[in-house]
Amino acid sequence: MNAIDRSHHKPAAKLLSGNAACAQGAIDAGCTFFAGYPITPSSEIAERLSSLLPKAGGVFIQMEDEIAAMAAVVGASMGGVKALTATSGPGFSLKQENIGYAAGAEIPCVIVNVMRGGPSTGMPTRPSQADIFQTRYGSHGDYPIIVLVPASAREIYDETLRAFDLAEICRTPVILLYDQVIAQSSETVALGGRPPAHATRKWASGPRESYKPYAAGDDLVPAMPRPGDGYRTHTTGLTHSESGFPSQDPETVTRNLGRLYAKLEKHRDLIDSYEAVRCEDAELVIVAIGISARAARRAVDACRAEGHKVGLFRPITLWPFPEIALREATKSAKTILVPELNIGQLRLEIERLLRDRRVEGLHLISGEPITPAQIAAAATKLATEV
Amino acid sequence: MFRDAPHFDVRDYLRKEMMPHFLCPGCGHGMALRALLWALHELKIDRDKLAVVSGIGCAGRLSAYIDANTFHTTHGRPLAYATGLALARPDLHVVVITGDGDCLAIGGNHLIHACRRNLKLTCLMLNNEIYGMTGGQVSPTTSETRLTTTTPHGNTEPNFDACALATAAGAGFVGREVTRHVPKMKELIKDGLQHPGFAFIEVLSDCTEVYGRKNDMGSSSEMVLRQKSEMRPSAYRDSVDEPFRSTDLPTGILARNHRPEYGAALRAAAAARAAK
Repeated sequence: MNAIDRSHHKPAAKLLSGNAACAQGAIDAGCTFFAGYPITPSSEIAERLSSLLPKAGGVFIQMEDEIAAMAAVVGASMGGVKALTATSGPGFSLKQENIGYAAGAEIPCVIVNVMRGGPSTGMPTRPSQADIFQTRYGSHGDYPIIVLVPASAREIYDETLRAFDLAEICRTPVILLYDQVIAQSSETVALGGRPPAHATRKWASGPRESYKPYAAGDDLVPAMPRPGDGYRTHTTGLTHSESGFPSQDPETVTRNLGRLYAKLEKHRDLIDSYEAVRCEDAELVIVAIGISARAARRAVDACRAEGHKVGLFRPITLWPFPEIALREATKSAKTILVPELNIGQLRLEIERLLRDRRVEGLHLISGEPITPAQIAAAATKLATEV
Repeated sequence: MFRDAPHFDVRDYLRKEMMPHFLCPGCGHGMALRALLWALHELKIDRDKLAVVSGIGCAGRLSAYIDANTFHTTHGRPLAYATGLALARPDLHVVVITGDGDCLAIGGNHLIHACRRNLKLTCLMLNNEIYGMTGGQVSPTTSETRLTTTTPHGNTEPNFDACALATAAGAGFVGREVTRHVPKMKELIKDGLQHPGFAFIEVLSDCTEVYGRKNDMGSSSEMVLRQKSEMRPSAYRDSVDEPFRSTDLPTGILARNHRPEYGAALRAAAAARAAK
């Protein structure tokens, strides 16, 4: 029994784990379908949504395996609803088949991958950042995809909203990628500062006879046919023409795949997101994501206090990589340091983008997060060598 | 040919731009497609509200020929796609077309769980005992001793009885028919389409090109006449005591129950919780 009536008091801040923030973000984004399969360390998203979704008029289903969960999400989205699934490395490997289908057939959906140590079953309760390339290139064939890498519970909430927006606007799967530490640590999250996202799907309209489901206008995103609206179209994972029917005509195939890439390029102003901290005069820029970026943020201040000109570039959108912003943030830098929880993945992309700079990595594969002190020590060593 | 169907013209239900179809001469799949479309016609199912979901293989290609909302998905997964679609859109009538490899090998897990869950879907599995699209490899329903491109010395694996499997897994409706009985197939599919739960219908089709020819099974008409006596799902049949084994493969409605339909049960549970 509580003697004090707190019902009038609406706190602005809540204590939420990253996974809980993701579940809340999905509800606020208008997601009404979740299909999943239990896996550590992402299960809390499914557990929360099994309670929240039915209350919000949505559907929660635990499928028989990870493959089925991804397939059900794509199926639900083809029916016209915003749909989500969440998993970790071993499950993410299994989902690749139907992520590729969603990319090729242009079905909006959101996939959360909470990174744990790998390969294989790996370290289920330990953090990792080793799925950087799997999110980009995990399914077979050429296809573009959007990957967002939030670094705090609050940012997971915001990026979950943005993930649903981008999925609908660009008609593409969007992956939310974060590590076990951020997923399962509870932080104070102030919600309510931003109105819920309201990107709605562009539905097919107009005459049915002349309608072509994959004919796009200037934004290169075709309007989607909603089952029941009378368009009676065909959706396939085979390469297809604007009519939606299978085609292996060389010119058609080339044009359609080219459009998939071009449509993301066309929306780069919405897709690109990053944070640059104290980069203006930095001689050394640290490039990091997720929990490693949070450690790096403290390392930047520590290095600055010692008189070293160190900055931080933190991609919030990982793929497509915000390369223009990276070049801008590293204009004055001679050296780049990439701390990450893998054997060297983000570093490869930075090396590719900044070929004229010295790029060093700080790689931890022990299943522990990198500490600010470890990054500060590595940065100081590089800064004094310069 | 079918005088009992005066108002049914199959061409009204086909996408003319997809003709000619790609099925081989003698293939039974066209007859199964005809029976399905005839059943949809007689039940007056609105094609704007009809979703046909298929997997990969010869059977998987059939969805593209039907003038409805059609989804040609990934190999083995049509039941999982259909589960998401039917739950998100309970107003749609969802039909799955799949083959023996699609449904029982790569998609076997999805089949048993769809049967167990009992979501309202009609699953039409066309069993031609072979992977036809890829050139004639052994499938989970290939009869023992048969020659295929991957069993050059004869198949040594016992094969599934798909209907016994679906029944054991709890499917609300289970039936089997052969392609030579098109009106009976149509009636069985109609019963399945009207069942308020998961309906599994196996159609014994025939593959003359890459299966019959390799096993000297004669022409298409000879193959379909012998289907019931020659298809022998040994994995289940041999587990039954000999005096109780049937000689021919049973057809018609093989199981029917009225377990709660999954989608309705899910919505009722959510409504009950909301009312608290």
